[in-house]
Amino acid sequence: MDLSQKILGIHFPNPTVLASGIWGITAASWRAAARAGAGGVTTKSLWLKEHRGHASPVIIATDHWTLNAVGVPDAGIEKAREEIGDYQKDQPVPLIANIIADTVENYGKTAQAIAKLKPEFLEVNISCPNVEDELGKPFACSSHAAAAVTKAVKAVSGKIPVFIKLSPNVDSIAAIAQSCAAAGADGFTVINTVGPGMAIDLKSRMPILTNRVGGLSGPAIKPIAVRCIADVYRATEGKLPIIGTGGVMTGEDALELMLAGASLVGIGSAVGYRGSKVFSLVCAEMEAWCEREGVKKIGEMVGGMQRKLKMQNSK
Amino acid sequence: MPPRNIPLHTRLPKTYHIASVKRETEQVTSCTFDVSLGSRPGQFVMLWLPGVEEIPMSVANDDGKQLQITFFAIGETTRKLASMKKGDLVGLRGPFGTFYEWKPKQHLALVAGGYGAAPMYFAAREAAKDGCTLSVFVGARSKGHLLYLPAFRKLPRTTLYVSTDDGSQGFKGFNVQLLEKTLKEGASPLAIDQIFACGPERMLKSVSDLSFRTKIPGQLSLERYMKCGFGLCGNCVVDPLGIRLCTDGPVVRNDIARKITEFGKYHRDELGRKKMV
Repeated sequence: MDLSQKILGIHFPNPTVLASGIWGITAASWRAAARAGAGGVTTKSLWLKEHRGHASPVIIATDHWTLNAVGVPDAGIEKAREEIGDYQKDQPVPLIANIIADTVENYGKTAQAIAKLKPEFLEVNISCPNVEDELGKPFACSSHAAAAVTKAVKAVSGKIPVFIKLSPNVDSIAAIAQSCAAAGADGFTVINTVGPGMAIDLKSRMPILTNRVGGLSGPAIKPIAVRCIADVYRATEGKLPIIGTGGVMTGEDALELMLAGASLVGIGSAVGYRGSKVFSLVCAEMEAWCEREGVKKIGEMVGGMQRKLKMQNSK
Repeated sequence: MPPRNIPLHTRLPKTYHIASVKRETEQVTSCTFDVSLGSRPGQFVMLWLPGVEEIPMSVANDDGKQLQITFFAIGETTRKLASMKKGDLVGLRGPFGTFYEWKPKQHLALVAGGYGAAPMYFAAREAAKDGCTLSVFVGARSKGHLLYLPAFRKLPRTTLYVSTDDGSQGFKGFNVQLLEKTLKEGASPLAIDQIFACGPERMLKSVSDLSFRTKIPGQLSLERYMKCGFGLCGNCVVDPLGIRLCTDGPVVRNDIARKITEFGKYHRDELGRKKMV
């Protein structure tokens, strides 16, 4: 059984990808994720200039959900250059550079600077739900703004494929995906965290997160991720690859996202639930399921639900 | 449900009333809570002041009934904590990370620098219960910064060695120098089974070198910037191993510490930038 995937010409040994925001600050953590079995790694969101995050607590969790308001801290382009350069010395698996900015113009500048470092893909974070106080409504919440960012990034990214990371917290993720596709997006990452949500400590009557609200992730959000991936896949007729992310804990979860339309599957919060070995565990579980069901190549799963529905409708 | 390797109570803070506050020195304070988190010596908790901030904190004692922390009021949050009173609410989650490990009846050398004396006392107390013989090297800048000396003196089979940088009490110099001197002049190096250390990174580096030279196994408590405590945020990942010190540390064996190239050289700030030690 073959778990590898070739996406826009890039070979991934398996479909699991370290999602942005988890570890991901240094070359050493990307290598550690690869050693733990990830087929690809994503950087934490990179800013052109230094950006401070929120005060702790920034990540809290229960069995069902994780809530985070880390606030996208980063040291800026110099550090990105150093760490990406270090990783590329032996680069065990493909690197997806996730970028963020405060304005359309700065998205262009950041993309230009990061594209020079030649990551395999650029992933554009236009959908973080925990920096609204500072940056206003995420760009991913409007078709117009999302398309404007896509266009600005595409204008400077050369041959590096651009994935737009979409928000589930919108009326129509399909319409936003179509606008980005029309603006030149090469693929999508679906979804960023849900909400935002809030948790209160009873005795002190205070919100636990210092930022008060944070993006929801973890097992609870998987059905939202599955629906959003299916929407984006259908809206783009399965022509653009999707990195499906949201609530994946097991190999069967990963396969479900693939049936909805994901070509690669991001794993984030599950690192906190199952430990760093989650990547190899998920791969082993996917492989076992596929072997049982006679699936020879993991790519056969991508968009499988959509094909099944089409067949049924044509009967 | 997939296996859960971090227990629930470590991922969500819960608030407790402070049971008692004790001023240890001019800048060092201890707070006690009527709760046990089942912590082992060397582990840490995340301590949350609602509406202010959450910070990692070594456990100074957890006896199954009460949990104690001892801290240096050095930043905004620790200063606020130092001004809190019995009955005030503080959030706790944990314990996190690895802990010191020993075998019954071993002879342990414990090296404690500054407020590292607090977790080291916890280790000493628990190891003493296992019949261990203890040589404790407590060091500080000066007399007024020495911690837990009377408590160490009360432990069985324990010899206390005191040093201060300025010579205001005990040996003038560093505790590691005093340990090295004692190893040379006193009992043969073979008499010590393990060296445990907790304190500033320069001190830890000296202990690491001594442990390497003398071939006495060491366990060191390494401090790195930590946000989540359960392995997600990536702030405490060390070069080049890529291990997370919140889950694979803070207590690491010296053979692992020596593979951490940033050890004794730099650590990373909250933005992931390298800062020289």
